[in-house]
Amino acid sequence: MADIEAELRRFLADKFFFGDDRPLGAEESLVDAGIIDSMGVLELISHLEQHYHIKVNDDELVPENLDSIASIRAFLEKKVS
Amino acid sequence: MMAGVHFSREVLTIDGDREVARIALSIREALAKRLRRRGLILGISGGIDSSVTAALCARAIGKDKVIGLQMPERHSADETMALSSVVADHLGIRKVHWDISSLLDAAGFYTKYDEAVRSVIPKYGAGWKSKLVLPGIGEDKPYTLFSIVAVSPDGREIKKRLDLNSYLAIVAATNFKQRIRKMLEYYHADKHNYAVAGTPNRLEYDQGFFVKLGDGAADIKPIAHLYKTQVYQLARHLGLPEAVLRRPPTTDTYSLPQGQDEFYFTVPYEIMDLCLYGKNHGIDAETVSGHTGLSPQQVRSIYRDIERKRSTTLYLHLPPILAGAVPEIVT
Repeated sequence: MADIEAELRRFLADKFFFGDDRPLGAEESLVDAGIIDSMGVLELISHLEQHYHIKVNDDELVPENLDSIASIRAFLEKKVS
Repeated sequence: MMAGVHFSREVLTIDGDREVARIALSIREALAKRLRRRGLILGISGGIDSSVTAALCARAIGKDKVIGLQMPERHSADETMALSSVVADHLGIRKVHWDISSLLDAAGFYTKYDEAVRSVIPKYGAGWKSKLVLPGIGEDKPYTLFSIVAVSPDGREIKKRLDLNSYLAIVAATNFKQRIRKMLEYYHADKHNYAVAGTPNRLEYDQGFFVKLGDGAADIKPIAHLYKTQVYQLARHLGLPEAVLRRPPTTDTYSLPQGQDEFYFTVPYEIMDLCLYGKNHGIDAETVSGHTGLSPQQVRSIYRDIERKRSTTLYLHLPPILAGAVPEIVT
């Protein structure tokens, strides 16, 4: 689980920045920063489900769980445990 | 609220005579000076936008220089052919009928679409109907994610949120319809040395409610600056048939009837127009709320959604991006 943040940063860099380095705060809103939109949310959910073998339920599709690296990490830690 | 900016439901009222004359002149000048084409082709569906566009084209250059293409397919609404014929006959323009079902079959659309829906609703099959829907403004969902609604032959309805792959597969397949229609419009345009008129209204153009190189492609878009409310005003001013005025805005894309408000805009067009006008003119949410029946929070949510859609769909408007400059070509 210690590597979750690193893995998320790799995924975001690869998927949305084509590998280019871009500073991103752990608490920074991915939507407000213009990094992901509604399509990006679908891509994020798809990645989380495949990589972490979880199912994101409809009632879990909220910014509290998905809108920053920190919130995604906390969400995954809850789901996996 | 911006100082001196008035806001009410009447802000969208236009002078019909002046606007028709202005658009007609714009069409003639575009054809004569920039496009250098002899007439106009457009797809007609019996909907308000294509009907008003056809009427404006005929008013601008004469009915003998306008051709309306009727391009129904298996999922088209029953009234599409009838209403488009009523419009063409009313305007006196030539109409050409080309059913695109076989072209869609050849492209594998119906098979690909059904497979994509079955990946989410395994029982989906022969006799079933379906459509895509978005959460309505009242559902207060933080993310705007599409769901598929499917109805069995015996009337049972199933609704499932689409995952990434099924959503992309359905959209990619469905986009065949708009792109095949545009291919036929340009076939006829080339054959007659005509230009192609697109039919988006301002809400659709602004919010990216079109398919890139599908219905988004055209040489001229006579009503892209008009709010849908204003398109209806012109329809009345131009004397279009009442049946066209009464038809609810529809995407006419899926086998289940689908309103544009449940597919893309989340609220009826009259309300979206006022919100878009308010957004464009810096009107505060409380003021718009008072004239739309929405709460200020809902108006703010729509304002945010307008911005998000502009950002997300900018891709649809972009011309090809060149890796190096070609300054000799000036568009």
